[in-house]
Amino acid sequence: MSHPILVMDAISKSFAGVHALKGVHFDLMQGEIHALMGENGAGKSTLMKILTGIYARDGGTISFEGQTVDYKNPRDAQEAGIVIVHQELNMMNHLTVAQNVFIGREPMRGKVIDDSKMNRDAAALFEKLNIDINPKSVMGSLTVGRQQMCEIAKAISTDAKVIVFDEPTAALTDSEITDLFKIIFDLRDKGIGIVYISHRMDEIKRITNRVTVMRDGEYVGTIQTADSTKDDIINMMVGRVVYEDPKSHSEVPADAPVVLSVRNLNSGRMVKDVSFDLRKGEILGVSGLMGAGRTEIARAIFGADKLDSGEIRINGKPIQIRSPQDAVEAGISYLSEDRKRFGVLVEKDVATNMTIASLNDFITGISVNKAAESETTLQYIQKLRIKTPSAHQQVRKLSGGNQQKIVIAKWLTRDSQIFIFDEPTRGIDVGAKAEIYGLMNELVQQGKSIIMISSELAEILRMSDRVMVMCEGRKTAEIPIEEATQEKIMHAATLRE
Amino acid sequence: MSVKEVANAVPPLQKKGLLQKFGTQRLVAIIALAALYVFFCLAGDNFATYNTFVSILDSSYYIGFLAIGVTFVIITGGIDLSCGTIMVCCALISGTLYTKLEVPMWLCLILCIVMGGLFGFCNGFMVAVMGLPAFIATLGTMMVTRGLGSIVTATASVTYPQRSADDGWFRGIFKIMGEGLPSGGVPTGFLLLIVLAVIMAFVLNKTKPGRYILALGSNKEATRLSGVSVVKWEILAYVISGLFAGLAAISYASIYSTILPGTGNGFELDAIAGTVIGGTSLSGGIGSVAGTLIGVFIMSVLKTGLPFVGLQPHYQLFFTGFVLVIAVFADVLNRRRQKN
Repeated sequence: MSHPILVMDAISKSFAGVHALKGVHFDLMQGEIHALMGENGAGKSTLMKILTGIYARDGGTISFEGQTVDYKNPRDAQEAGIVIVHQELNMMNHLTVAQNVFIGREPMRGKVIDDSKMNRDAAALFEKLNIDINPKSVMGSLTVGRQQMCEIAKAISTDAKVIVFDEPTAALTDSEITDLFKIIFDLRDKGIGIVYISHRMDEIKRITNRVTVMRDGEYVGTIQTADSTKDDIINMMVGRVVYEDPKSHSEVPADAPVVLSVRNLNSGRMVKDVSFDLRKGEILGVSGLMGAGRTEIARAIFGADKLDSGEIRINGKPIQIRSPQDAVEAGISYLSEDRKRFGVLVEKDVATNMTIASLNDFITGISVNKAAESETTLQYIQKLRIKTPSAHQQVRKLSGGNQQKIVIAKWLTRDSQIFIFDEPTRGIDVGAKAEIYGLMNELVQQGKSIIMISSELAEILRMSDRVMVMCEGRKTAEIPIEEATQEKIMHAATLRE
Repeated sequence: MSVKEVANAVPPLQKKGLLQKFGTQRLVAIIALAALYVFFCLAGDNFATYNTFVSILDSSYYIGFLAIGVTFVIITGGIDLSCGTIMVCCALISGTLYTKLEVPMWLCLILCIVMGGLFGFCNGFMVAVMGLPAFIATLGTMMVTRGLGSIVTATASVTYPQRSADDGWFRGIFKIMGEGLPSGGVPTGFLLLIVLAVIMAFVLNKTKPGRYILALGSNKEATRLSGVSVVKWEILAYVISGLFAGLAAISYASIYSTILPGTGNGFELDAIAGTVIGGTSLSGGIGSVAGTLIGVFIMSVLKTGLPFVGLQPHYQLFFTGFVLVIAVFADVLNRRRQKN
């Protein structure tokens, strides 16, 4: 660590009269990993978007390598050596991996793009990063985790001096994260400044040198990671300590009735002969690596993908689920891992989103009863403590945590009995995470049952009553929470045939 | 466990069959084209002749040029409803320049293409800079150009010089006739169409403009965040469509001689149908020039062939509708199968 390569001072920014940033300070040393933390809406992403030229700032100065700079667009920043790995995957799904990685700086032979050189360069880059992805694959055919690795490779390949990682691990499994950290350490050792945005406290403690905390668009402070505890950081963020310990034992009685019983389920090539039971008031954690078939099981049960064979019983009665509509009618709700694509209608307001799954209850005559709709919406906004200016706020403008709460509210209006949560806290900050956990615990106390798919072992151990582990589409273990450890789960997650 | 091992846990992508590689939709289109031609050869009297073949080609030029241009727009995820009326408008204005103002023919033809490009630029500006939906922006241009053609010509038709006249040389671009040549003429326009299609396929697949047009059609925001000027390239797609509409105007004038104001509506739908039959996705990001040409020829064969089996040309619409839906459905099915 030496001198600051980047200093942002007194940065301010308003959107439509609302202060998003007020006099924020941030500096970054060469060869430093600097965490930027704060709850959703604290302004981390806005600050980084100003740095990388995506937004224009209203006030303040940025100096990079001792020079005052002012980037008008992402290209300016990229050319100066500042790149960002976005939290939301930004991929051209129809192009190949190599075409994505080298977009905007294709190797040329005269006026012609040199695709073969591009593929070679991409292969060399992946080789260096120990990523096994074919550069000629179509991006859309990769899993989310591998797309994320491509995005990271793209940022690294620009010879950047500053790299901003905005929640890079949200879609990665533990082993992929370990590899990512190796890459990040490598970059740090080469003198590159790294800004690391994450909500995962363990990661922050493990890899960063300093932590800067923001709250409500303001600068709270910067501390040395080594001199501070998790609780110190969390206190700076929210002013309260969040409970993070694993669950020690299950409260579900052994004779609790089985609400969902799945036998010998097969669907496509990602679900092979899976059987399990879900009891009333239970949280069944589903763990496994990326591509283990966890989401596919959920989709098969929910009728989103075709079942090839197998039996599903609800409350002991066999049931045919041919479409999500059948599943919803049978009392099953599915909260997708990809909220933006499958969970919320981002262009619509809060009320429309909340009542979309139960619209029949809000119809008077032939039209939607707006008054009833608003009333129910307000009720859930209060109950779930959703931070929104009104029931008619466009969902796009709310944070990830609040969007997730809206999805939960949507299914609560249906009075579902079985909830499938697929990565319920992905991309959600610590405070909102605790609230989501609280909601899930409330649901099971009311006698509802939850299947929770998660890539975070800490989350699995904290929430589940029982853990089901998958590998390559097969169920490889079922472990009661009393006996579950990270090691046992990881072992089962890599049990190949 | 390394990333490599994790990656290996995911089953490798299945080897692409010829079908996937080529695209089911395009394959269906080629088979449909061949089947149609064979069908008419067998069912129609005198269909399998050189002259009929030339007239199929003749009727494919202007839709072909329009479709090549509109392919670029559709790949961006946009649509160009105005290309048909831009074509007629350009033909009317440059024809008026020639007949009323005695502008030299070569200059009229160049102006014709330039005007098309300008209209295309207006479309692109409205979509990429002003942020209008492409459907509305080009609907507006469609009405404006259709009206403009009538205004400039005072609703009178415009006639281009005959082949025998001094300035009729331009017809030779699309067809050479003369002694010692077949009576149907030599369809040089076909050569031009193919050469331009090859050039544009190259532009689309091998150059930056093409790559960025494909990229922004796939994910505009991601392309922008990659430091690519999406505004510039989106405008370019519309300019290409406009330039090809200008070129289509010349081929239209050379085949049909008399241009009527107020026409041109519906040609854009033929062009769009040809593009879509050829495998270009209306949601953007996917498309090919070769596929577009096949789609266009399917419609030309239908149009030319139906009278030979005793059906009027308006049956063309009827059958094109079927081909369109079947071709796109085949692609939808194929994608669904790949997903599972």
